[in-house]
Amino acid sequence: MHHLELRSITFEYATADGPLTALRELSFAVEPSEFLCVVGQSGCGKTTLLNVVAGFLKPTRGAVLLGGKPVTGKGFDRGIVFQDFAQLFPWRTAQRNVEFGLEMKGVPRAEREEVALRFLRLVKLEKFARSYPHELSGGMQQRVAIARALAYNPAVLLMDEPFAALDALTREEMQRLLVDVWRETKKTVIYVTHNVAEAVYLADRIVVLTPHPGTVKAQVRIAMPRPRDTLSVEFLECQREVVGHLGGR
Amino acid sequence: MRHPGVVRPILGTVCSFGLAALVWESFARSGLFAPALTPSVVAIGAALGRMLLDGTLLRHVLYTLYRILAGLALAAAVGLPIGMLMGRFRHVERFFIPLVSVLSPIPSLAWVPVFILWFGLGNTAAIALVFYAATFPIILNAWTGVRSVSRLWIRAAEAMGADERVLFQKVVLPGSMPFVITGLRQAFARSWIAVVGGEMIAATSWGLGWVIFDSKEFLNADVMMASLVVIGILGLAFERLIFQAIERRTVGLWGMVKAVAG
Repeated sequence: MHHLELRSITFEYATADGPLTALRELSFAVEPSEFLCVVGQSGCGKTTLLNVVAGFLKPTRGAVLLGGKPVTGKGFDRGIVFQDFAQLFPWRTAQRNVEFGLEMKGVPRAEREEVALRFLRLVKLEKFARSYPHELSGGMQQRVAIARALAYNPAVLLMDEPFAALDALTREEMQRLLVDVWRETKKTVIYVTHNVAEAVYLADRIVVLTPHPGTVKAQVRIAMPRPRDTLSVEFLECQREVVGHLGGR
Repeated sequence: MRHPGVVRPILGTVCSFGLAALVWESFARSGLFAPALTPSVVAIGAALGRMLLDGTLLRHVLYTLYRILAGLALAAAVGLPIGMLMGRFRHVERFFIPLVSVLSPIPSLAWVPVFILWFGLGNTAAIALVFYAATFPIILNAWTGVRSVSRLWIRAAEAMGADERVLFQKVVLPGSMPFVITGLRQAFARSWIAVVGGEMIAATSWGLGWVIFDSKEFLNADVMMASLVVIGILGLAFERLIFQAIERRTVGLWGMVKAVAG
């Protein structure tokens, strides 16, 4: 049984000119502890796809299955990290942001604090536990968001271009950190991006989407051991393969 | 300076008040009006001292503050839930928008005769007036505040399993704070208009508005001006000691609004 499965998902937006198909008959599965990247150009329905998996949008047809059971609405555990730094609650310190999901689960205070600090340590921010989000840099805020999305031990971690708004150097640092965090926590990750190099660096497997409407064009398995050398021939060949599927050069 | 956080605002206050007093004094001595109508700064100070010493000032202030705070508290108790529910639920919004749109432009003072007929002269009419004046800014700002709450916060909270009640309490409420505080500020300013106007017409022998109106009968311009100064000082005290303090400890601390210049 797959950990998470998308079974022929179709999603239509209602527009003034009738329904607009954003995703058509989209199917793929994710295995436990797998790092899956979804790659596609902007407008290919990546974010729609993530919102369907997250339960924010109800698919027009098809189903999302978690552990073989269909997922309905927002009621199941998943951690989400958005692209926008403003996703943290400004009125909570870094630590209290990370505690939010644990509060929802009714975890007692002392344990909450301990878990929150453990996850802040994981993203190397334990010194900033008492800082408010506006006192942190963009990269640090995204690290807090990752810690927050993991702390309550969700079944799957969904990431929507979390590093796209960061400068190139910080982004590379964050990618390395994310790989470390993933290896440490063994989470199942679905990571959406338009950046092919990022996907090849992070993923066990890449699902390539083509737009209008969004459909799965290809799936590419990346078998390279980690940490990956972004300048190696093998890495560049993987990148070329994905770019080929995207319809570029 | 060793305490720029304390000294600078005081210095700023002294400068602006000093200038205002100077402008008043030159106006008072210009002879444009009879001296009895434009008392000097010293005469106003003397009247203030007299009223302080015989205890009448304190009593006027307490009456007026009681009416304002009671009306404001009622307005907050009614306005905050309505405004917040309007921001969160479409059908509540659709129900209240016409009512709010029709009632809020009516000046509170237009209700004075009505309230006198209903409640008679005295505290109840004045409190009802303050309540009327304060409710709408509170509703409108709470409504806007809730709608301004970032969708990202809502989605993040929902993903972590927050239900509607938790969402309201832990996300919508703090997230709308900048607007809620603005609403309370506006409501407070409007409360003064209502209470002073109300006291002029509907009060019986106590309250700052009543003093101002009553002094006119006896040409006590110094008492009149002294009462105006007291209202100003009370407004300043509330702004500094309450609104700015709340702001500093909440939305300022959270970086949601820029902190007030120290």
